[in-house]
Amino acid sequence: MAGKLNELFKKKIQIVNFGIQSFYNDNKKQNIPSVHVDWKPVAGGNQELANLLDDLL
Amino acid sequence: MVKAQITPGAYYDSVSLMIISNAVKKLDGVTEALVGMGTDLNRELNRNNPNLNSPEVEKTTPNDFFVAANVRDEEVWKAVLAKVEEKLNEKKEDAASNYYPASLDGAIKAQPGTNMAVVSVPGKGGHAYSVAKDCLKHDINVMLFSDNVTIEEEKELKEMAVEKGLLMMGPDCGTAIVNHVPLAFANVVRPGNIGMVCASGTGTQEVSSIIDSLGGGVSQVLGTGGRDLKKDIGGLMFKHCLKALIDDPETKVIVLVSKPPYPAVQTEVLKMAKEGGKPTVVCFIGGDPKEPESMGLISAVSLEDAARKAVALSKGEKPVTFDGFDMSDAEVNKLVDDAVKNLKPTQKYMRALYTGGTICDESMKYLLSTCGHIYSNIPLQDGDKLPNKDVSKEHTALDFGDDEFTVGRPHPMIDPSLRAERVIKEANDDTCAVILVDCVIGYGSHEDPAADLSDAIKKGKEAAKKAGRDVIVVATVCGTEGDPQGLSKTRDTLKEAGAIVMPTNAQACRLVKKIIDKLK
Repeated sequence: MAGKLNELFKKKIQIVNFGIQSFYNDNKKQNIPSVHVDWKPVAGGNQELANLLDDLL
Repeated sequence: MVKAQITPGAYYDSVSLMIISNAVKKLDGVTEALVGMGTDLNRELNRNNPNLNSPEVEKTTPNDFFVAANVRDEEVWKAVLAKVEEKLNEKKEDAASNYYPASLDGAIKAQPGTNMAVVSVPGKGGHAYSVAKDCLKHDINVMLFSDNVTIEEEKELKEMAVEKGLLMMGPDCGTAIVNHVPLAFANVVRPGNIGMVCASGTGTQEVSSIIDSLGGGVSQVLGTGGRDLKKDIGGLMFKHCLKALIDDPETKVIVLVSKPPYPAVQTEVLKMAKEGGKPTVVCFIGGDPKEPESMGLISAVSLEDAARKAVALSKGEKPVTFDGFDMSDAEVNKLVDDAVKNLKPTQKYMRALYTGGTICDESMKYLLSTCGHIYSNIPLQDGDKLPNKDVSKEHTALDFGDDEFTVGRPHPMIDPSLRAERVIKEANDDTCAVILVDCVIGYGSHEDPAADLSDAIKKGKEAAKKAGRDVIVVATVCGTEGDPQGLSKTRDTLKEAGAIVMPTNAQACRLVKKIIDKLK
């Protein structure tokens, strides 16, 4: 399936950023299409609850 | 007095909060400060800090945002809260003028053609793994900057990506340039016909930046994360990327950069490169050149040599090994003579203080035979582990980006202050003759890393002068003229501070080698 990467090489890169916001800011400075996700830990970082949610979903 | 304020239900990313912590610490009357989420790590940082140890912070959960500080009085505490508020407001104003969706689905709705995810959420607790997996499920390529992702998670993500024909760069992947777009820590390198696959961060930046300075350019720079060529992952992503470069009509020359891979994986990768038929430069830093050469591939003796050979091949010229200086021998010898003339007999040792891990590793491999032992937090030899990272011993090399230095702090390429402090400390040591430093610029890095560093060099040199001696500072800047900070501007700032600025890390190491030899 490496051929699919060669298709990517012909496309315009459009980024979704999770986490460090300065990476997103750098993209915007260069006019690279980007969206920053206002990410929060699932279940507010409570791993037991997050695992429980994963099992339910 | 130790004060704390807890706000339940707010979330901010860790790098922003660490930067706010540093801003608060600089306020007059503040002995110590910690601003963060109530994670296990932050509670531990609070508990283990005798100047904080706030019982309120101890009770927080990962869903609580807290500000804790040891302050002189209530007035200073008010100033602390005002500073935090000011910094958070800057973020809120930014958020108000930009739409930040709460989920991947929201992001795809906002930007339907999304094809690349840059993920830097915490690796611990499976967060980074979950986000990366979700992106791959949506056929989105991933650059995973986060560390603390388990080897099992990495393998699963990479198998899924290879199956779907996607990139899964990382975990712990800091650098990539895809379709000329720099991702995370990367430089503005001109477009060209050299394709790179790399399992190293600053090694990639060093090679791609030197390619640019030599007039060459890159087609793609693909990262895999440092563990990809180890036995457990088996080069899954490295081979996937190499195949894509072999098939890419824009790529005429291929460069492979890594620490030496697991032997069987190395053989597989080299065979694939050989069968690909494109000129391929192999830079497995410190590795044995025999196997690549036996397959007709081109070995490089340093990151700089890899860049030089790749550029020569890209121009249709014969690659020639470069192990010297841009300057003439006479100029180098004069530089060394001038540098050592004001040293005292006690000054015999090198202190290499790096923000980039791979170039630190390259330096140690280059200088080990001259130094005999190089004590380090990432030692090359058993027995050379530095007992206390805060106290150098004889010849010492430190990677400030390694976990020991980054607990509760941003990476030194984002916040270079800790390394700058160490430059001053080493300059005050009367056994230290030469301080070797890097300065990595480009996107992702601090907006002006030379400012802190040059200030520290000046202070260090002044301190040495007061003690009746000199201290030599040799610096190397990793970056390009196209970077926001500018290569020449950064070099000039360091030169003005009194550093000897060498064109590449390899040449900086060679100069330090000559200085140490001269002092023997």
